[in-house]
Formats: sequence, structure tokens, C-alpha cells
Amino acid sequence: MIAEAGLVALWLAASLAAMQLALAALAVRRSDDILAAAVRPVAIVQGGLALLAMAALIRVFLTSDMSVALVVANSHSAKPWLYKFAGAWGNHEGSMLLWVTILGVAGGAVAFLERRIAERTLTATLGAQAAIALGFYAFLLFASNPFARLTNSPADGQGLNPLLQDPGLAFHPPTLYAGYVGLSVAFSFAVGALVTRDVGPAFARAMRPWVLAAWVFLTIGITAGSYWAYYELGWGGWWFWDPVENASLMPWLAATALLHSVSVLATRDGLRAWTVMLAVVAFSMSMLGTFLVRSGILTSVHAFAVDPERGTFILILLAIYIGGALALFATRIGLVRAGNTFELVSREGSLVANNLLLSVILGIVLIGTFYPILAAAMGTQLSVGPPFFEKAAGPIALVLVAVMAAGPLLRWRRDSARALVKRMTWPIAATGISAVLSIVLAGWFGLLPMLGLALAAGLAVASIVPLFGRNLLRTPMFVYGMVVAHLGIAVSLAGMAASSAFTKETLVAKRIGESASVGPYLVTLRGIRPVIGDNWSALEARLDVQRGNGTGPLLAPQSRFFSNPPTTTSESAILTALDGQLYTVLGQSDGQGRWQLRLWWKPWVTLIWFGGLLIALGGALSILGHWLRDRRQKRRAHEAVEAAAHREAWGA
Amino acid sequence: MRRWLLWLPLAIFTVVVVFAVRELRKPSDRTVYSAMVGKAVPAFDLPPILSGKPGLSAGDLRAGQPRLLNIFASWCVPCIAEAPQLMKLKAMGIPIDAVAIRDSDTAIAQFLKRHGDPYARVGDDKNSQVQLSLGSSGVPETFVVDGRGIIVKQHVGDIRDEDVAALAEAWRKAR
Repeated sequence: MIAEAGLVALWLAASLAAMQLALAALAVRRSDDILAAAVRPVAIVQGGLALLAMAALIRVFLTSDMSVALVVANSHSAKPWLYKFAGAWGNHEGSMLLWVTILGVAGGAVAFLERRIAERTLTATLGAQAAIALGFYAFLLFASNPFARLTNSPADGQGLNPLLQDPGLAFHPPTLYAGYVGLSVAFSFAVGALVTRDVGPAFARAMRPWVLAAWVFLTIGITAGSYWAYYELGWGGWWFWDPVENASLMPWLAATALLHSVSVLATRDGLRAWTVMLAVVAFSMSMLGTFLVRSGILTSVHAFAVDPERGTFILILLAIYIGGALALFATRIGLVRAGNTFELVSREGSLVANNLLLSVILGIVLIGTFYPILAAAMGTQLSVGPPFFEKAAGPIALVLVAVMAAGPLLRWRRDSARALVKRMTWPIAATGISAVLSIVLAGWFGLLPMLGLALAAGLAVASIVPLFGRNLLRTPMFVYGMVVAHLGIAVSLAGMAASSAFTKETLVAKRIGESASVGPYLVTLRGIRPVIGDNWSALEARLDVQRGNGTGPLLAPQSRFFSNPPTTTSESAILTALDGQLYTVLGQSDGQGRWQLRLWWKPWVTLIWFGGLLIALGGALSILGHWLRDRRQKRRAHEAVEAAAHREAWGA
Repeated sequence: MRRWLLWLPLAIFTVVVVFAVRELRKPSDRTVYSAMVGKAVPAFDLPPILSGKPGLSAGDLRAGQPRLLNIFASWCVPCIAEAPQLMKLKAMGIPIDAVAIRDSDTAIAQFLKRHGDPYARVGDDKNSQVQLSLGSSGVPETFVVDGRGIIVKQHVGDIRDEDVAALAEAWRKAR
């Protein structure tokens, strides 16, 4: 029953999306206010129905209803409840439903909350959102039905991929998707504004919180995913330049550029065409990522069951939406009045530089991700690995960091280079001091990591310089948002540079009682014992960890064996210290009493994810700040009107 | 802004779509094509690892008769899995040589006693140097080398039952 209810909710949501699109199209074409008034409620109900379908799927997974094909293929009744719950989106159909649910809910939220832009533009925006939703509803209903029943239901399911049986699955996909699909709002806003030719500061101010919110989710999702891969895969790395990681990085880069250019549009009414373009590109990258993962044209650790038919379906949707938006852009943007101009040395100038550099990095990641496909089309087989991305994107990212340090210290419209250098005294000093200090303390450790550390110090100082000489209590919250986000980049960069330069790794085979040293730690293998879990059994090493003279805690890395489906995974054991992490993995036995141990000492590696969270926090503060200011302005305007009425009434 | 510039994003996107369509229409091919195929085996000379079985040099692979060259180790689990298939290939009359990677004589002797010994020669590659120069990155891997020392096929991973025919065919063709 529950499965059928979910399917009905999905069909209803799809028909409401069709209705929403038709109403919006008619309302915009005829400028009909009565039709337009119906669009908002339809969008809200559509979002609610999508949410209901998702809830039904979760319910089916939680109760292990083995008559539903998806549950049989991806779940098992002996699984802990958290993985039954999260398993609902640990597969192609379920994750697609989550995708569409977020799309519907985001559209509903826009309909419910947005009051700042012209009603006609909003109607067009909701129409665009419905058009996207309609295509993906069709994809679910015709090519990926999550609620399909089996005629002969088996006694139990086939289980979930053990790598996914981790609390990370409950958290990573929903946040990442909220970011990915949240960008659809920016896309729809851009399409709506192109349809009504209404690109201006009001449009930018309305779009900004949605872009920021999606960006915050995307940042958290990427950070969480990076940490998950780090401890779950047991490879000790935090970023692999895997096509799917790139697929999440590309929308993030575009969204980062977008939220900066949207500020220029909101504050100074410049960069109109560029902002609209970025809004289209950001969500296009999300859709492209979805297509890449699900069509099987690229191989990756994230690949879903490969199905060319589904790939074709998504490709057609992609061609319609992205192609349509780009064609609309090409025909309409010429009709949008040009915005304000500005000098090269100015806040706008630095933001343009930021946008260009981010776009170049985006281009590099895009080329690196697609090059294997292109090369395959020409008959050579190759893969593009971390060396390409690091060499090509690294230096540009460092230039971007320098621009990021200077940007917030520039005035809008026009500034002098000499004044900038004066304001940059402290950051430049910090860069120089940390460069010298790190070389004196650690010796030469490579140009890129050294520049990374030095620039991180400079950026950290530069990011708090905008607070100098301000009344800290009266500083707007969104300024704090910028400060915290930029500081987060500095922290993250420092972690990347330090861990890439100073990581120590060793692979040893040890008998019980023997020790190995890595970094500042001495690791002793105390014993191996079998452990039984809910749906797995494991061999667990007991590692005594010693640093200096003190005794440390016991670490217990495991080699786990899952029976449904039969797979072995390595559960790393990690010791987090203030200045880094000790990362241990248990390998195989050689049959003669020796056990393989892989040990890493990764100094300051935790800063990478801590920085990521700071960046997200900065985005959240920025949303809050803009909201608070809007509210205050509204109140002031209201008070002014009342005061005027009061004066008039009393003739003063 | 120039008008044509506005159409540029759409043009780029169209190219991406065309490539994606081409790629989708092709049946997916998961074979790893070796860059070493068609090239000569690099020069090497490995000492024997077992008493009573000769070591292996590049010259041995140029002796006129095509051979299989198996890269293996006693500590590698998939090597155990492919051992029966190697014995099958040997039974077809195909000569097989081997390079043992980072291994010891006692471990190898025990491995061959337990899982069968298909090898004519076994070279001792203490630090994987020959393995790397052959363009092999893991164990097990199997090369088909024609009588003139030219590599005609590289099989990555363990030899499954369904791979036996293809390897035998490649060996037959190399004659």
C-alpha cells in the first residue's frame, strides 16, 4: 500500500508540475494576474507531494518490504535501521527521487517565501522550475520507478554495498543534493529574468539567498564527502580527482563565482549578462554531473548500475534544459540594458578577477574530466590523474587566493593601487614571515606547498583586516560572513599544503609485539582478534600508540567481512591530535604470523575539513546578515511612512 | 558585446552533447589496452629464485617460440585463484615463464607445491623493477610474447575460466 501511495504522490506531483508550467506560461504570455496567482499554491503543493513520495520510499525501506524491487536489490532485513533509512537513497532510483524531491521542495519554498521580485518574473521563474521538475518526474516514472513491485517476493534482500554502510550515507547525499539541486533555483531565476527581461539589482537581491543557501549545502556536502572518503576508503587521501568528485566541485566553483558576481549586481548594478550566464552554468554543471554518474560514460567509485537507456534519457533532458537556457541567453541578453561600469582597480575589478580565475579553474576541471572521453573518441585510452589537476589548477588557485586577500580591502567603483598596497601591509608581511619561517623550520619542501602555506597565512590576516577600525558590534553580519568564509579558505589551504608537504607514510609487515614508527608516533601491534558486528565479522588489530614518553590510546583498525553482499572493507582507525592525525589501516596476513599495517602521519590534515565548515558557516552568516538588514530596512521604511502619516494628521 | 559571442556557450555545449551521444551509442568497452602491445620486451636479466629452476632474461623470450609471461607473487590472493587456469594453459602445451615479485624462495616453493607449478622459468624480481619496466602495475598480470620478444597481449588481473580461450588464441596467433 505504502509503495502505491508513493507512486500516486509522484504521479500527482508530476501532473501538478505540468499544470504549474502551463499556468505560468499562459500567465506570463497574457500578463494575466489571476492565472499567475494560482502558480504559487500549485508549486507549494507539488513540493509537498514530492516530499510525500520520498517519505513513502523511506517507509518502505525501514519496514524492509521485500515485495518492492528496489528494497530487494539494495537492502537486507538484518541491516541496522540507520542504513535502512539512508539506504533509501543509496541507489540510482532512490537518489533520483531525492533529487526530484529537493527540486520540488526548493520550488515550493520559492513560491512560499519570495516577495521581493516582480510578480511576473517570479511566475516565469516558477514556470522554469516546473519545466525542470516535469522532465525529471518523467525520468523517474518511465525509466527509474523506485516503487516497482516484484510478483514473487524473495525472503530477503541482497544488501547494501558495505562501503555505503556508514553514518556518512545518512548525511552526505542529502546535503550534497540540497546544494546541487538548490542551484536549480538560481537557474530558474535566470530563465525567468531572461523571459521578462528583468535583470537588475532587485533580481540579484532576490536570487542571492538561494544561491548562498545552495552553496552552503554544497560546501558542507563536499566537505563531508571528502572526510567520508578519507576514512572509509582506507586510502588515506582526502581528494582523488575522481570524475564524480569533480562533478561536485564544478557546480561549487560556478556557484562561488555566481555568489560574488551576484553581489556586484545587487550592490552596483554591474555584470548583468555575466551573472545570468553563471546562474545557468552552475545548475548545468549539476545536471551534467548527474548525467556523468548515471550514464556510465565515465568510470568512478561512485558509479551507479550502468544503463545506457537512462543515460540517453538524461542526456535528452540536459540538451533541452541547458540548450534552451543558453539559446534564450543568446537571443535575450542583448535586450537587457547594460549595467554600470567601473575602473580596473576597484572592488568590482577584483570580483571580476575572482570570477575569471574561478572560471578558468572550472574549465581545467571540466577538460580534465572530459578529456578521457574525447581521447577515447579518437581511439586512445588514457586517464587524467591528480598530477594534471594539481599542476594546472594549483598555481591559478594560488593567484586566486592573492586576489581574494586584496578584494575585500578595495573600495567599490574606483580605488588607487598605492592605497591598496598600504592596506595590504600586514597580510604581505604575514606571507613573507610564514614563508621564511616555514623554510627555516622545515627546510625546502616544494614550491607549491610552500607558497600555499605562505599565502594561507597572508589570506588569514587579510581576511580579518576588513574588521580593523570598525565598531565590531555595529559591523553588519554579512561582513562577518565574508570574513569567516575567507578565513575558512585560508585554514583549509594551510591544511592542504601542510598535509601534502609533511605527510609520512609507511607500509610494514609486523608480528605481534613488534613496533613501527611513523612521524612522532611509535605504533606497536599488541594483538589481533575477531569481532562480530550486526551484519559483518572482522579481524581487529590492537595497536598501542606512543608519542614521546607518554602512553597513548589504543587504536583498533579492522578488516571487515560483509556477507550480504560478500565484500571486504578496511575500517581505518584514526587518532586525532591537535597537530594532525595518525591514520592506521590493517591489511592482510602473510600466513606466517605477520600482519600488513599501513600507517600515515598527516600533520594538520584536519584543518582541511575544519576550513570547509568555516566556509559554510561564513555563507550561513551572510544569509542571516542580508536577511537582518532587509528586515531592518523594511521596518525603517514602515516607520518613516507612519511618521509621515503622523505628521500629516497633526499638521506638524 | 559582439553578437556571435553570445552563441558561443551554446556552441560549446552542443559539442559536449555530440560527444556524449557518440559515447552512449558505443557499446561500453572496459578493456584496458596496454601501451606495451606491439613493443619489444625491455632488456632484463633476473636470477633464479628456486634451485633447480632457471631464472629469466629478455633473451629467453626471444628464443623463437611464443610464450606466456606471468607476473605473480606467493603473497597475492588472486594469484591463487588463477593457478588452475595457468595449469590448464600449460596442459594445452603453452610454455609459461614467470616473474616473482618481492618474494622469497621458501614462500615460492610452498606456493608452487600447493597450487601447482606451470612455469618453465621463474625470475626473481626483488624490488619490482622488471615488473614496472614491463608496464605492469599489479599482480597478477599475464603477457603473451611472440617468438621475437614482441608483446602481443597484456592481461591485467587474474585469469578467469572465460579468459583461458582468449589467451590460448593469442598465443596460437603469435606463432
